[in-house]
Amino acid sequence: MSNDTLVKSYQELRGDTAARDRGLREKVMSLEEAAALVKPGDHVALGGCTLSRTPMAMIWALVRAKKHDLTVSRSIMSSDGDILFGSGVSKHVVTSWFSQGIVWGVSKVMRHYTENKLARFDEWSHMSIGLRYRAGAMGIPFMPTRSMIGSDVGEQVRDQVKEMTCPFTGEPLLLLPALNPDVALIHVQRADCYGNAQLDGLQFMDMDIAMAANRVILTTERIVSNDQIRRAPDHTKIPFFTVDAVVEAPFGSAPHECYGHYEPFYAHLDMLAGLTAKDAEAGIARYLNDYFYEPESWPAYLAKLGMEDLLDAARRGRSIHND
Amino acid sequence: MRRGADGASTMTEHAKITSAYTASELLAVMAARLLKDGQIVFAGVGIPLLAATLAQRAHAPKLTILFEGGVVGPFVVPGELPPSTNEQRCTRRANMVMPITDVLLLLQRGYVDVGFMGGAQIDRYGNLNSSFIGDVANPKIRLPGTGGGNDISSLTQMIVAMKHEKRRFVDKVDFITSPGFINGGDSRAASGLISGGMWRVVTDLAIMGFDNANREISVIALHPGVTAEEVRDNTGFDLVIDDTVGETDPPTPAELDALRHLDPERLYTA
Repeated sequence: MSNDTLVKSYQELRGDTAARDRGLREKVMSLEEAAALVKPGDHVALGGCTLSRTPMAMIWALVRAKKHDLTVSRSIMSSDGDILFGSGVSKHVVTSWFSQGIVWGVSKVMRHYTENKLARFDEWSHMSIGLRYRAGAMGIPFMPTRSMIGSDVGEQVRDQVKEMTCPFTGEPLLLLPALNPDVALIHVQRADCYGNAQLDGLQFMDMDIAMAANRVILTTERIVSNDQIRRAPDHTKIPFFTVDAVVEAPFGSAPHECYGHYEPFYAHLDMLAGLTAKDAEAGIARYLNDYFYEPESWPAYLAKLGMEDLLDAARRGRSIHND
Repeated sequence: MRRGADGASTMTEHAKITSAYTASELLAVMAARLLKDGQIVFAGVGIPLLAATLAQRAHAPKLTILFEGGVVGPFVVPGELPPSTNEQRCTRRANMVMPITDVLLLLQRGYVDVGFMGGAQIDRYGNLNSSFIGDVANPKIRLPGTGGGNDISSLTQMIVAMKHEKRRFVDKVDFITSPGFINGGDSRAASGLISGGMWRVVTDLAIMGFDNANREISVIALHPGVTAEEVRDNTGFDLVIDDTVGETDPPTPAELDALRHLDPERLYTA
């Protein structure tokens, strides 16, 4: 089987996990310190989906740290994918759908990089991406599915999948290779200093990603006490022993959304789509310069987004708590 | 694009609007009518989301909508349409939220009556393409890809809602992103897809279905004022239109009013 599948041997998987310090210990650090945990060539999985709970603060830190040659997987990629391609952080993404969002049309940045073969976009069905993470979380090397059969989506990745006749029923199945990311970047509403993470609203694939990964970097809207976590353990979706770094990053998904805190910054996303509409390469370069390289800190990035947009996004985000 | 959280402010304007309608509005209304009360529908973003939400308000209050983001049975708030099916606006008044993988697995388990999505390109056997225009190795356009489209069309009965244009209705799609009946006949089952299949294709011109033998698309009904010739002129292959083909009833003022209340900024119905 080719290395392209990203599947790890069980001995490697268990060995990596055994070598981790899984004790109850404090892991709070800065964005810059957390970025140092990501190595060139790593397979990095992003939590959230499309415009929701995107780990934008960590992506911002990876761009600034000039990371490169990462393979990045996500359920659906939005402008985060454009940023990864435009910055050179990644030239290879694995996802099911890739554009900022249907209302902005097809991403010109994605088109520029893929059509000119400057970067690679491996397309899998949405459920297949999820089942690959789940297989990784379960510690098994593949997952059978009844999807992606008979289509060109399956045909396009034929080197990475296997067909099988079910030994019990004789029915046709497709086998999807497990994904065990080297690093997962996940943004949540709250976590304690040990990495116990509580999610509100949509969970996407985040629990499977955390369980499957070899390292997890959490960014969180706020750090709360372990006592607070223990008062509502049913809200904890990611256990501390999977987590390696906890970074407090308020508005850590901006200009995307974080459930119950802020909705997408629509005016900003309109601006980004407009900026890349005519010249994708120059447009994304200018965007990266203005929002990623020039601001010296995460608060400076938020200041650049602007108080008016930030308050508007927060007003809309919090409105779901209104009667 | 303006997208307020309080979309109710333009209600008085809606009441004044006559029964004239845009092509997208016609498409949304006709698509909504295909959904039956009590069904469980897996709806994609755009016209499907809008049409399913309209059906809930019009004739199917017990329609259960599933969204790919992991949402079970929501009622989207008028004027607060989401930009995809993965934002908090999709969760309003839902019965449950669950992980993406699990909501998609409901399709594989068989809980879903009908899948409902849009399409960039479709062919005579109902195969959909949302991945590549032109040669796959050197595409003219790289499109965003399948999302959950391949899963939905592989695993359940399907309704497709799309604009009726020659470049979208082609003899053979450049790439099968979401499988219909593949090459017709029993080729879908022979390829390993032993459940689901295309049921209806609804456009701004007509409603289409698939015959049981060849699994080829044919027109069931034309929309008000639309001729068979007009449909043929906007289709890139020889489309079967029987002389006895029916005609749909025009959108009612109540349907149009409900639709405009849902999408006052014409996010999906421009």
